[in-house]
Amino acid sequence: MTKQAEKPIIDPFEAALGVSDVKGRSPWEHAWHRLLKNRAAIYSAYIMAGMLVLVMLGPLVVSWESDFTDWDYTSAAPSLESGHWFGTDAVGRDILVRTLEGGRISLLVGLVATIVSLVIGVTYGAVAGYYGGNTDRIMMRIVDIIYALPFMFFVILLMVVFGRHIVLIFVAIGAVNWLDMARIVRGQTLSLKNMEFIEAARACGVPPWGIIRRHIIPNLLGIVIVYVTLTIPQVILVESFLSFLGLGVQEPMSSWGALVSDGAQDMESAPWTLIAPALFLTVTLYCFNYIGDGLRDALDPKDRL
Amino acid sequence: MLRHSLRRLLGLIPTLLMLITVAFFMMRVAPGGPFDSEKSLPPEIEANLNAKYHLDDPLLKQYFHYLGQVAVLDFGPSFQYKDWTVNELIAQGFPVSMTVGVLAMSLAFIVGTLLGIAAALRQNTRIDYSLMGVAMLGISIPNFVIAPILILVLAVYAGWLPAGGWDGGFASMVLPVLTLALPATAYIARLTRGSMIEVLHSNFIRTARAKGLPESVVIRRHALRPVLLPVISFMGPAMAGMISGSVVIERIFSIPGLGSYFVQGALNRDYTLVMGVVILYGVLIILLNFVVDLIYAWLNPKIRYDETS
Amino acid sequence: MRHTFLVASVVVLLSACGSDDPQQPPTRSDQLTRPVELVFGEDGRPDPSVLAPEQVLHRDNGEEPQTLDPHLAEGVPSAHILRDLFEGLTAESPEGRVIPGAAIRWNISRDGKVYTFYLRRDALWSNGDPVTAEDFVYSLRRSANPATASNYAQVLLPLNNAAEVLSGQLPLNKLGVTAMDEYTLQITLKDPTPYFLGLLNHSSTYPVHRTSVIQHGSSFSRPGNLVSNGAYTLKDWKVRSQIELAKNENYWDAANVIIGQVFYYPFEEQSTALKQFRAGNLQWTYEVPNNQFKWLQKHYPEELVISPWFGSYFFGFNLEREPFVENLDLRLALSMALDRDLLTDKVTQFGERPSYTLVPPGIRDFVSPKPEWADWSQLERSAEARRLYAAAGYDQDKPLRIEIRYNTGQNNKKMALAVASLWKQVLGVQATLFNEEWKVFLQNREQKVLTQVFRAGWISDYADPYSFLELFRTGHGRNDFGYSNTLYDSLLGEVASERIPSRRRRLMFETERVLLADMPFIPVYTYVTKRLVDPRLRGWQSNVMDHHYTKDMFLLKTAQEAASEEAAREKAAIEEALGEQAEGEEAADEGAVGEESTSEKSTSEKSTGGEATGEEAADEKVADEQAAEPVEETDTDGPST
Repeated sequence: MTKQAEKPIIDPFEAALGVSDVKGRSPWEHAWHRLLKNRAAIYSAYIMAGMLVLVMLGPLVVSWESDFTDWDYTSAAPSLESGHWFGTDAVGRDILVRTLEGGRISLLVGLVATIVSLVIGVTYGAVAGYYGGNTDRIMMRIVDIIYALPFMFFVILLMVVFGRHIVLIFVAIGAVNWLDMARIVRGQTLSLKNMEFIEAARACGVPPWGIIRRHIIPNLLGIVIVYVTLTIPQVILVESFLSFLGLGVQEPMSSWGALVSDGAQDMESAPWTLIAPALFLTVTLYCFNYIGDGLRDALDPKDRL
Repeated sequence: MLRHSLRRLLGLIPTLLMLITVAFFMMRVAPGGPFDSEKSLPPEIEANLNAKYHLDDPLLKQYFHYLGQVAVLDFGPSFQYKDWTVNELIAQGFPVSMTVGVLAMSLAFIVGTLLGIAAALRQNTRIDYSLMGVAMLGISIPNFVIAPILILVLAVYAGWLPAGGWDGGFASMVLPVLTLALPATAYIARLTRGSMIEVLHSNFIRTARAKGLPESVVIRRHALRPVLLPVISFMGPAMAGMISGSVVIERIFSIPGLGSYFVQGALNRDYTLVMGVVILYGVLIILLNFVVDLIYAWLNPKIRYDETS
Repeated sequence: MRHTFLVASVVVLLSACGSDDPQQPPTRSDQLTRPVELVFGEDGRPDPSVLAPEQVLHRDNGEEPQTLDPHLAEGVPSAHILRDLFEGLTAESPEGRVIPGAAIRWNISRDGKVYTFYLRRDALWSNGDPVTAEDFVYSLRRSANPATASNYAQVLLPLNNAAEVLSGQLPLNKLGVTAMDEYTLQITLKDPTPYFLGLLNHSSTYPVHRTSVIQHGSSFSRPGNLVSNGAYTLKDWKVRSQIELAKNENYWDAANVIIGQVFYYPFEEQSTALKQFRAGNLQWTYEVPNNQFKWLQKHYPEELVISPWFGSYFFGFNLEREPFVENLDLRLALSMALDRDLLTDKVTQFGERPSYTLVPPGIRDFVSPKPEWADWSQLERSAEARRLYAAAGYDQDKPLRIEIRYNTGQNNKKMALAVASLWKQVLGVQATLFNEEWKVFLQNREQKVLTQVFRAGWISDYADPYSFLELFRTGHGRNDFGYSNTLYDSLLGEVASERIPSRRRRLMFETERVLLADMPFIPVYTYVTKRLVDPRLRGWQSNVMDHHYTKDMFLLKTAQEAASEEAAREKAAIEEALGEQAEGEEAADEGAVGEESTSEKSTSEKSTGGEATGEEAADEKVADEQAAEPVEETDTDGPST
């Protein structure tokens, strides 16, 4: 906040002359520079990019199909000769290809559920914060109420009630995860809405919804990005809990969580069924957390979540 | 303060009502009933069962009947464990969950803050980086991966601890508490480190140092309080997180806690048991958040609820 | 700088995972030291010198029993415990034959409808009260009482008027059971039911102790309240944690009960139970983890016990929904395309037997009619399957698209995947999988709207093929196949009223043949029970019903224990020879003598027991012929099987 306030208003005259020796940096540039200095975050980002490429393209390259059952090699250890570099599971499916395809699902769940929670949370928080007063009080009261629900239980109940469709997993996790977002956004909105540019917009007769959409939400971008990177690993973890409890995605689809929980059953007799998915899952969570950390430090040096 | 507390406690009622309503109807909407089994029941027997548990009443009547029961803290008979009432089951399961939860939470709090402070005092050294690296790992590895590894190493190979089960003894608690505490410890360590670094750079600490106080006194007297603030406000969500975590932990270690009751109850359509556990945890989370707020206010002299709310 | 630690930590994780090298021998198993050689005394009981000093059994029971009220109980876990706590009119021997229980002998009327039971006069409840005919009358009426709301009361349906009493149309005293005198009980049946004697060791027919039920009401089955007539009493019950039974000193055969204390644990995770077993904390597991046959075989060859179980695993067709309506060719094609040897070898792995029929083997004198193609090679079968598939109008360009629905569970998942894969490889069928949790799955199967091919299985309550054949009767509650064949139904009706065993078997054979010709289901394999048992635990035998009474079991000493005892004895002998009598050891010797004398007493009691059984043997002959197999409830294969 202080940084923004300090930012010099560039003299139009100077700007027109193209005098650049005092060239101001936008807060985004500042943030970008801070982020670049955070090596852990940068390396994590590289690894994540690599992971994405692997997960997206890997299954196309690997010669096995994910639902092909190789009867000659069931529960086979990794070997180059058999062509199953990461081994096979109990019905002879290739672990490598399953891990890669599982990654697609895990990342997809992470992303989509986060977006669901983002949309609900940002809208809700911005509306509550902007209108303030009784609206705010009631809306936040509702958030408090939902906060008190043992949320894992509700995800389980949702899965029990509606069956385990992948869309439902997105919605279920997203629907219980938006509360933090709503709170943070509301706080930011409260402080934003009294700033001059909002007052100005209001004076020009922009309707409230327009103000929220055009002025408030864009200004929340920083915090939202940080929040998203930190929510994705949480969601992936929740999905893996569900899979562990047997409430995850449908076969033959799989996710890292499902693969890990299968593998953990046989960790001694067939450790390779655990190692590959566990490694992928952990590395991903690890990287997301570091990236999120880095972004937070960069975008939001003062306020910590 | 008192008025605020009272109001907060009154706020429990609508929250609970909503909790009960949502959970009640969700359970009833779920396909399948408590008495479905592969050996199909002759209609007359099914009718007997439904009559016994009032499942033949209209849904709304059942709902209000249930509300009436809950009002006098009677959660009814369990459908699945027929020899027990839900109250009795909770009385057996809750202390177990509570023991594991409180122990894990305390462990996480103590170890987490110590590690966090240690890392902050040696900011940007190898110690700091390795501590935080490990902490990040603690957050990133799901506990159902850690648990089997711990069991294998400490119980099966070394033979020091039981691999599962619960006899209320210390030995059977070690592994579950450890596993459950791990992510929270890691989280708290990171939080503490961040807030410690911030506090150490603040003016009042500089002043204290300038007065020539020894570093240990500076930390204990002046830094600790503000450092703990974010940790304390994390405790509320952390407790909720532990409850979700315990569902998994209880399953892996075969611990007779409420989380495993819940999952079994949901799968077997044990309506009353599921409701009982949900309500109990709802109340618990609300109360804990409340307590956390009180502690927070006590630690932070800037907050006085009577004025702000 | 930070990144190096990131990498380092990942390596830590890697090595943590890698540390469970499959080659590494499980160190704890070495400590499960071998037992001594089993020696029998003259009475046919194990010689006291080979028994372990501490006779405490730790059994994994799979999950928490739903109740210990025998009349409300359902499910395998309750049944295991109730068999130890209660004794019905009949019981089972270790190998699973029906033997006298609370009734020492019985007569069956000529028309097979009236059973007269003569109760043991030395049978007592655990509080010392005698077990009387009145107790049984009370208990059977309680079990049938609509107010009890037993969900397993259908076991009583063969009794006269049972259906009417259950639905409340007739008062309780019209139920077909009367006490002739204090120790004589008469049960009247509606139809001759050849397997009836076996039903009498199902928990729904167990006696309960009248006064304590009346006094404690629904909490009579709690520890402290429960009065039982079996070999054990309920000592402690921590829900979802453990149930502790102690020997019932008032049991009529208590002198021959060796194990003094039993703990039942509800381990839902098979891997946890396995780890507890390996750590030496369990002597008996409920099951073993699914995928680990090879590993277990390698590391626990002696502990791993696998034996046939009286149950079938199959897939059902929903005949009310396309594409299976009136489409025998397609059903046959799908059935023949499955290489059952491959499925049992590679998927189930535990020695399950490939199956081509409905009724599993293991019933005396009954052999199922195998379809002709069961004896072909798989190549021939696949070729025929492809021919039939084409005849049904499908080919590469127009493949069959179906859904396989199954209930969540490791084994079901593997099986469904394998079946889908085989169909794809042999016929080019495009099968998708859909798993549901148990309750939802059951409901969808029953409604027959969503299902096409679905996983099914049946583990019988009693050892009679009828319990399998009945499933396909028009209107049967579990006929989720929508199968209806008038010839089949009328044959089934004849089976139900036929009481001459050989004719009944002939009829059942014919009935099953009709069914297999219509192929409304795909038989895959017959179940086995698979568990780990401590080699020191003896006295039990594998049986098809998987019923095991703790009272038959005992724990042997380990060789190590025997050796150290031997050493102690030698030392004592030497010391005695030297005339230096250490007082402590003298006391120990006396203790040993005392033990021996008790066992002598038990020997004599046993022999009187033997006479009693001899006496009733003659009477029982008819009964034995007709029904002799044990009959008991085993639950459904629940979500976990």
